[in-house]
Amino acid sequence: MTTATPLLELRGVRKSFGTELVLRDVDLVVPEHTVTVLIGASGSGKSTLLRCINQLELIDDGLVLFDGIDLADPRHDADEIRQRIGIVFQAFNLFPHMSVLDNITLAMRRVQKVPRAQAEATALDLLGRFSLADKAAQYPDRLSGGQQQRVAIVRALAVSPKLMLFDEVTSALDPVLVNEVLAVVRDLRQDGMTMVIATHEMGFATQVADEVVFLAGGVIVERGAPDHVIHAPRDPQTQDFLRRVHEAGRL
Amino acid sequence: MTTDRTSGDAPPASPEEWRPSEHELARRAARSAQSRRGIAIAVTSSVVVIGALVAVVVTSSGWPVVRDTFFDVSYGRQVLPIIFDGFKLDLLLVAIASVCIAVLSMAVALVRTSRSPAAAPFRILATVYVDFFRGTPLILVILLIGFGVPALNLPTVSTLDVTVLGTAAIVLTYTGYVAEVIRSGILSVHPSQRAAARSLGLSNVQTMRHVVLPQGIRRVMPPLLNDFVSLLKDVGLVSILGVTEAIQQAQIETNKTFNYTPYVVAALLFLIVTIPLTRFTDRVLAKSIARQNAQGAA
Repeated sequence: MTTATPLLELRGVRKSFGTELVLRDVDLVVPEHTVTVLIGASGSGKSTLLRCINQLELIDDGLVLFDGIDLADPRHDADEIRQRIGIVFQAFNLFPHMSVLDNITLAMRRVQKVPRAQAEATALDLLGRFSLADKAAQYPDRLSGGQQQRVAIVRALAVSPKLMLFDEVTSALDPVLVNEVLAVVRDLRQDGMTMVIATHEMGFATQVADEVVFLAGGVIVERGAPDHVIHAPRDPQTQDFLRRVHEAGRL
Repeated sequence: MTTDRTSGDAPPASPEEWRPSEHELARRAARSAQSRRGIAIAVTSSVVVIGALVAVVVTSSGWPVVRDTFFDVSYGRQVLPIIFDGFKLDLLLVAIASVCIAVLSMAVALVRTSRSPAAAPFRILATVYVDFFRGTPLILVILLIGFGVPALNLPTVSTLDVTVLGTAAIVLTYTGYVAEVIRSGILSVHPSQRAAARSLGLSNVQTMRHVVLPQGIRRVMPPLLNDFVSLLKDVGLVSILGVTEAIQQAQIETNKTFNYTPYVVAALLFLIVTIPLTRFTDRVLAKSIARQNAQGAA
């Protein structure tokens, strides 16, 4: 599982909003073809961490190394970097004024300059894989939440990223729809996609994670294999968090 | 990957103790170098472009004549008080007209967006009204009302002052424009917002008042301000009826001496009001956007 240079490596990442310190000395190593799952209470810094990886947020300090290159360095072109890192948001963030097909082909056509016919063939192929082929002409507002989120995943995948980030992608969905979205993520794992996933679904985390990272107050408190972190946590904070999750009936 | 690694070895530094690392300092240096380069480019290109424009004007063969007949500072000072008196009338007319326009255009927009069957005849009337006044040149409406209404010899209406009639003409035309801007704002609010409000038990009117309009109006604030600035200038058109506001006053002064400086003075008076107004509204809007939206660098 381990390779010489990890695809993504964070060293001492620090981020604050005003006077509020959101991430403190965060280190993370994500080798290629592995899945890292971030868990922790709301406000623990999971989403911010993901947004710092693809430079939607500027970090205060530390290194975000992608293929050994520091993404936070302003001398790199952020747009070029983002083409290789896909992100899926909690609120889908589809473009409501475009059909599903146009949502997916936009970046291929405008950024990668793929001819429309070819971009649409790729998009239809991907949609077919996620049983959404019949939705290509629909507008996002007409789809269910689960369908919208799967379209958002397809949109992120369409530009062939090397790394996918998932920011609590099932938090806005009901349990049935949660499963249809998580099934997609499991498929991606089978294909060997490198992923960093923030989630509250502990069962899912156990299934897909190579490494589980527990964040609290912007600090990594505990990390390791899912069997260890989720089923036999050692840190009192992790134990407390998982007990509360368990009480909420999500484990 | 499966080895345990906890980061609790050393206690993390408190915010006060934190010193940026070397690579962060290098990034900051790179960022400020980028912004310095940006500023340098902006300054250089501004100086070149503006300098070239000034040079073209000042070196033109007619410049000495233009300078004396349009930019005569001492004559400008002399006519300023009298033009300013006229300008006060402009401001008064704008104040009255904008209140009337706001009320009327809101009514027209609400009628046009209402779906109640009972409002159908009013919807048709409102649509015809908007079509007519938006499609007719303002200057024609002013002339038709300003000269046509007195000629009708109606009891009270025909004896009204031309200032009132001219302002009414402006109100009628602008209501057509502004109603359409407000209507587009109302239509831009997502139906789910209406659904959420109605499901809380708010009535149709309450939904409009507390949920749809606040969002819709905010979204069309820039075009509304655009129309307001435009109104401020168009109010001067009542001068064609013989109302002595700033532009008419400037024309009178110009006709006395054949020096056009009074026009420039009038233009400056308008600019002194419109420019700060635009900046102020931009700031208010930017603040309200910043307050409601999540942070992010992208």
